[in-house]
Amino acid sequence: MPRPKVAFYWCASCGGCEETVVDLAEDILGVVAQVDIVLWPVALDFKYHHLEALADGEIAVTFLNGAIRSTEQESMAQLLRRKSQLLVAYGACAHLGGIPGLANQFGREDILRSNYETAPTVVNEGKTRPQAVTEINGYRPHLPEQHQVVRTLDQVVDVDYFLPGCPPTPELTKAAVAAILSGNLPPKGSVLAPDTALCEACPRRATKPADVKFTEFRRPHRHLLDPQQCFLAQGVVCLGPATRSGCGVQCPGGNMPCTGCFGPTSRVRDQGAKILSSLGANVAGRTAEEIEPTLRGIPDPVGTFYRYALPASLLRRRVDIPHA
Amino acid sequence: MNAPAQPPAAPPWTPRIVAFFCNWCTYTAADLAGVSRLKYAPNVRVIRLMCSGRVDPQFILEALRRGADGVLIGGCHPGDCHYVEGNYKMLRRFGLLQRMLADLGIPPARVRLEWISAAEGERVKAVINDMTRQLQALGPLDLPGKFADWDAEIADLAATLQTESAKEPEATHTWEPPKVLVQPQ
Ligand code: SF4
Repeated sequence: MPRPKVAFYWCASCGGCEETVVDLAEDILGVVAQVDIVLWPVALDFKYHHLEALADGEIAVTFLNGAIRSTEQESMAQLLRRKSQLLVAYGACAHLGGIPGLANQFGREDILRSNYETAPTVVNEGKTRPQAVTEINGYRPHLPEQHQVVRTLDQVVDVDYFLPGCPPTPELTKAAVAAILSGNLPPKGSVLAPDTALCEACPRRATKPADVKFTEFRRPHRHLLDPQQCFLAQGVVCLGPATRSGCGVQCPGGNMPCTGCFGPTSRVRDQGAKILSSLGANVAGRTAEEIEPTLRGIPDPVGTFYRYALPASLLRRRVDIPHA
Repeated sequence: MNAPAQPPAAPPWTPRIVAFFCNWCTYTAADLAGVSRLKYAPNVRVIRLMCSGRVDPQFILEALRRGADGVLIGGCHPGDCHYVEGNYKMLRRFGLLQRMLADLGIPPARVRLEWISAAEGERVKAVINDMTRQLQALGPLDLPGKFADWDAEIADLAATLQTESAKEPEATHTWEPPKVLVQPQ
């Protein structure tokens, strides 16, 4: 029997998701023995025309990591969708927009100007920027264009499953691959991780206060944090209550609060609004004057509450950016 | 008399406000305003909740996302909450939400929190009229329209790809599937 064909692809991402696949260590050999890898740009040399030559639906499953931010990423997502029976959004960026999704606070022109002209480390006197088409020695090389908006994978193509995390853990990856190879799959559209809040898996949970009254928000880089006590009890913003578990509680285990990379559980539509609601309601004080100074301890609400999920949020991005 | 029939002109734009009113105070006040035949701007769609503390910030974002130009939250005066703490909870969330909304390009006047007791029918009228005026000056928020604009860049590319693939048939390289990294034992 021919082995199922599998593809890995990356879009707007950092490479960390690829690292997780490598972190499967010797287990990857078991996977590789059962499948034919037909595309994996980070590790193996394949050409896009190899992919185009496949019949539609010939790939059993594609794991795509990274947000969709350029015309090339968009057309690759569409091509891989066509060629694959299952498309898995792999990692926080494909799932929710991820760290690249924070760019949705700015316009494309601001971003390009900063990257190619005004950033302190840039020397670019001619103000040269990448062009979609250039003429060089009679050739006309094409470059992808950057979209105005950073998107999650499912805002561009139909997605079958989501593997959350920045990056997903090797354990979740193994479980997902096993489920796919055995055909033992949950309903389409499922997130392949437990549907409970991180707090339920957290060893600090016993000290989680039932009724907090924040008088100050303390930022982790400025304080020595207790390695056992719930972060909320220490006045530190922890996204555990609004975040899905399945990560192995690695950040609280390393004495850092959860920043939300697994996204919300199925009962929450907008992760940022939810954690804002729960933290906000628990600030001490009964007048705006009493409350305000405490709230100032969260200097960047968007970056704190939507660190990985701005493109997937209800508003998707800053709404008043002119397109240029 | 014999002029050709004109298509009816589109009615001028006026703001749409979604209001979340608490059952015990502001909703009762809105009711009182109605019974007292007070006239206020017809721009508001009222949703009754048991308490302003039940207003999940997700509701506010969802209203804006679906086309509201502004959201008004009405609750009992401090100290008067039927559930003791609900309106304080709303007040605390509100400060944080306003800062976050400002960073997302939504000016503070679009989301408003007011304490209105059951006896203050006049105040319901004054607040709604005032908010309608302010939103009128700000103009439409129109998030559904913005989403459609943003996504035009995706639709454009999809259309281009379609016409291109119609022009040139798909590449037909013959291709041997590459060897996998490790052969099965
Ligand atoms: S809030 Fe954070 S530290 Fe506290 S129990 Fe939840 S995940 Fe653990």
